[in-house]
Amino acid sequence: MAEKELVRLKDVWVYQDGVSILEGINLSIKSSDFLGIIGPNGGGKTTLLKVILGLIKPDRGRVTVMGQSPERGRKYIGYISQSNLFDRDFPISVLDVVLMGRYSKSRLLRRYDEQDRKAALEALERVEMLDYRDRQVGKLSGGEQQRVFIARALATNPRLLLLDEPTASIDPTMQAEFYELLDRLKETMAIVLVSHDISAVSVYVNQIACLNRQLFYHGSKEVSADELEKSYHCPIQLIAHGTVPHRILREH
Amino acid sequence: MLEALQYEFMQNALLAGLLASIACGIVGVFVVVKKVVFISGGIAHASFGGIGLGYLVGINPVLGAMAFTIASALGIGLVTRKTRLPEDTAIGILWAMGMALGIIFIGLSPGYAPDLFSYLFGNILTVPGFDLMLMAVLDAVIIVLVVLLYRELLYLSFDEEFSRVSGVPTGALYLLLLCLVALTVVVLIRVVGIILVIALLTIPAALARQFTHSLKKMMLLATLAGIVFTFAGLWLSYLLDLASGATIILVSGTTLFISFGIARWRQSAREHSRRSASSG
Repeated sequence: MAEKELVRLKDVWVYQDGVSILEGINLSIKSSDFLGIIGPNGGGKTTLLKVILGLIKPDRGRVTVMGQSPERGRKYIGYISQSNLFDRDFPISVLDVVLMGRYSKSRLLRRYDEQDRKAALEALERVEMLDYRDRQVGKLSGGEQQRVFIARALATNPRLLLLDEPTASIDPTMQAEFYELLDRLKETMAIVLVSHDISAVSVYVNQIACLNRQLFYHGSKEVSADELEKSYHCPIQLIAHGTVPHRILREH
Repeated sequence: MLEALQYEFMQNALLAGLLASIACGIVGVFVVVKKVVFISGGIAHASFGGIGLGYLVGINPVLGAMAFTIASALGIGLVTRKTRLPEDTAIGILWAMGMALGIIFIGLSPGYAPDLFSYLFGNILTVPGFDLMLMAVLDAVIIVLVVLLYRELLYLSFDEEFSRVSGVPTGALYLLLLCLVALTVVVLIRVVGIILVIALLTIPAALARQFTHSLKKMMLLATLAGIVFTFAGLWLSYLLDLASGATIILVSGTTLFISFGIARWRQSAREHSRRSASSG
């Protein structure tokens, strides 16, 4: 498959209350990328995702999604926000949550048809949550909820999956299973995930970028201590080349 | 009570209770799950400005309230979304300003306002025929809008960000939801009054939420609960010669607390039996 550019950010700046959140971001996401973006809390990770989705307008710079504006191009993006933010008591079933992913394909006042239902059920099947379709989503475990939200994103038939802190709400034993799921999905779509948890991300992704207002993008998994220091301002766990992350705590 | 039913005012009162229950059952569910209770309280209280305006220009105060609540719903919605003012600050300000305007308007009106008290605290026994018709029409508008936009309103309430990414017009829809609240306030004014509206917007929905995880069933249950509350409150107020609006609210609130108590007691009983089972 030829590498197609899905998302392009050119010199993007975002300010909030006169303070810069993102500074001169250049980023290109291609159709078979599996990119991990790491950085400290408040480093602009969520803002970056929202800029790609067109939820935040950059004060400077240009964003294109599938060669179009983010508002038009975002229907090709499956977005998974920090799932621990929703109301656990909300009366909605798993299937209804996944059907939300079909909305961008339908229209105002139009009802879902058999095809939409089929797509939603298939998405649930892919994340192995089909048996839970009639359950209330808030009553599931963190890992199960995560899968439901992935299914919702998959129901949009995305070319790109954006995940915001996906491991924040699932317990460590579920994390391996979660990354294996992503490993299967990356065959058919590009994936970008942001996290402050370096070690978890590094094993599975193909590329890593560090974000702390500025983006240090490497195109490979090797990140030098210098670059990490630039983005974190304080050296913490380092990632080495290879499959197993070393955790090295350097002196401050 | 049965002989009371042959009086026209009693039949009207029951009809008013029924119409009020439909509006608060449907819209109240969104108020509760979208957590816009405080905003709804603001809209309800600001509608007092419309009551005053009605007195001042000599039209039915409920019609004045309708124009005013829609305007204040849009106003509160736009101010909280488009300005830097914190939401609860904006609500508090518009809440008080609406009421202040009402007082000024009434002060400027010639003569005195005889049934002012009934707009503040409701009087289900004196709902005029025209107001009943207005309530029925507003109920119909609410039902049609919610049926047409059910999916969008559900998505807005559950996950506004994802909805926006999916192409749901969330900004306009949020304003529409507040307008639905405004219409519901108008429907409820005659029954429980401006100050007590918020109770009927929240209690039936909160009660229904305990028994189902389907939004549609929640609306149905909340409507039924509203009917039971208004009828029971009406009957009690008739029997004990108490203010009807306040009695309806107290019946509703007491039922809700009893229901919470039972749910808690059953849960602790379950935990107790589980603990004794595991230790035994």
